[in-house]
Amino acid sequence: MSWLVDPFADFAFMQRALLGCLAISLGATPVGVFLLLRRMSLTGDAMAHAILPGAAVGYLVAGLNLGAMTIGGVVAGLVVAILTGAVARFTALREDASLAAFYLISLALGVLLVSLKGSNVDLMHVLFGTVLALDNAALTLLCAITTFTLVTLALVFRPLVLECADPRFLASVSRWSGPVHFLFLGLVVLNLVAGFQALGTLMAVGIMILPAAAARFWATSIGGMLAVAATVAAVSNVAGLLASYHAGLPSGPAIILAAGTLYLLSLAFGPSGSLAARYWPRAHLEA
Amino acid sequence: MALRIRDLTLGYDRHPAVHHLDLDLAPGSLTAVVGPNGAGKSTLLKGLTGELVPLEGRIDRGVARLAYLPQLSEVDRSFPIAVGAFVAMGLWHRVGAFGRVGGKDAARVAEALAAVGLTGFARRPISALSGGQVQRVMFARLLLQDAELILLDEPFTALDTKTAADLLAVVQLWHGEGRTVLAVLHDIEAVRRHFPETLLLAREKVAHGATGTVLTAENLFRARQMSEAFDDRANVCVKGAA
Repeated sequence: MSWLVDPFADFAFMQRALLGCLAISLGATPVGVFLLLRRMSLTGDAMAHAILPGAAVGYLVAGLNLGAMTIGGVVAGLVVAILTGAVARFTALREDASLAAFYLISLALGVLLVSLKGSNVDLMHVLFGTVLALDNAALTLLCAITTFTLVTLALVFRPLVLECADPRFLASVSRWSGPVHFLFLGLVVLNLVAGFQALGTLMAVGIMILPAAAARFWATSIGGMLAVAATVAAVSNVAGLLASYHAGLPSGPAIILAAGTLYLLSLAFGPSGSLAARYWPRAHLEA
Repeated sequence: MALRIRDLTLGYDRHPAVHHLDLDLAPGSLTAVVGPNGAGKSTLLKGLTGELVPLEGRIDRGVARLAYLPQLSEVDRSFPIAVGAFVAMGLWHRVGAFGRVGGKDAARVAEALAAVGLTGFARRPISALSGGQVQRVMFARLLLQDAELILLDEPFTALDTKTAADLLAVVQLWHGEGRTVLAVLHDIEAVRRHFPETLLLAREKVAHGATGTVLTAENLFRARQMSEAFDDRANVCVKGAA
């Protein structure tokens, strides 16, 4: 068992990495579950691209500075989210097309800004994360974002579920429909920004969506999905970090591949709607 | 009046789907809305709920709360939610976003499910229901909404006789409780038998009043004659521009 415990017991950077990853997972997986339930799984990916110019501006202004890049990323993400939502609600264009338009503009802007500074090794950290070098400030930020996310989700849980299950009904009985949608997009942006500190902009979406997709094959209730997704993410964190430590693999992709492996196993063998459930069904009931 | 409509025009891209409609609904009335496809029946209901902004005219609601059953609901039937929790949405006016759903509320949900013939379904996921059962669930939610004005868009379409009869009984229960009900229907015979009042609509109001006097052969013929045409080069409506 020493291979399982020792890396975390002996090295502070491994403990920090584990804490950071668990914090991200706790906040990002419930957001991922709701993205999945709203059929917005690819929205997370688009948003991750939309954040890039903000982080790049922060980097150009202040160098590899956590605060500047975080603020830049949040601002860019929120601007794209608000413009997308506004266009979808007030014009004929649907949300998907509207988001695609704005995130592509944002991405192009980001690439332009990045290339102004020329190629830089530091920038690789933005794209692929620095989970093994999280300092106190970064850990505090990750834990703060996760706390904020969980409290917010707990508060707006009911309107959010209604907005997912029957948006027209929610709009007919209350004024929550718009606010809860924007609040939710805000949480998506915040958690992606938190994720890119550790896993990089491109990998951050993975810890959001893969556990949620895996959970769909295990649970038939929202509560069950949230619990399974958080568990899948936590197991992936430990497995990915250990693989990274023992085999010298880059940690971000190792964590996401661990989550991907759990997703594939769920897809094949989960009790609900999986391949196994389809091709080797259990005996049916009498009524 | 439960509902007072004056000179109401609703439409899409400036083309009217409901044209200069005047309508008064007495409190507690049970009214069927009848007319050919494209007559503006669903459009009228969308205008009444506020989903569609009127091009002209005014709608005055004399009641505090309305409930609406759309023709094509946007319910995501693959959503992992149990029937009981789904029906409990109808309690929103009581509990809002943050209020507690207590034991009494659970009893109300069970009562509503029993009223639509779905006793024992509370824990089933909605994805496991048939089309008819989903419509029963929608009615159970409407029951909990406890609204004074209830708008139903083709509530009995594609239902078997038994389900339609059960849900019609719920509508008659509402009528008995003094609620105002407006329902879009296509089954003229059912309207004659069960709905005291009828609005015959063909973009404009053809007739409104006691069902027997509205659903005459002559009125129905006139409704069918009224064109559904969507004239791209139509002139600006003089009555509207004036």
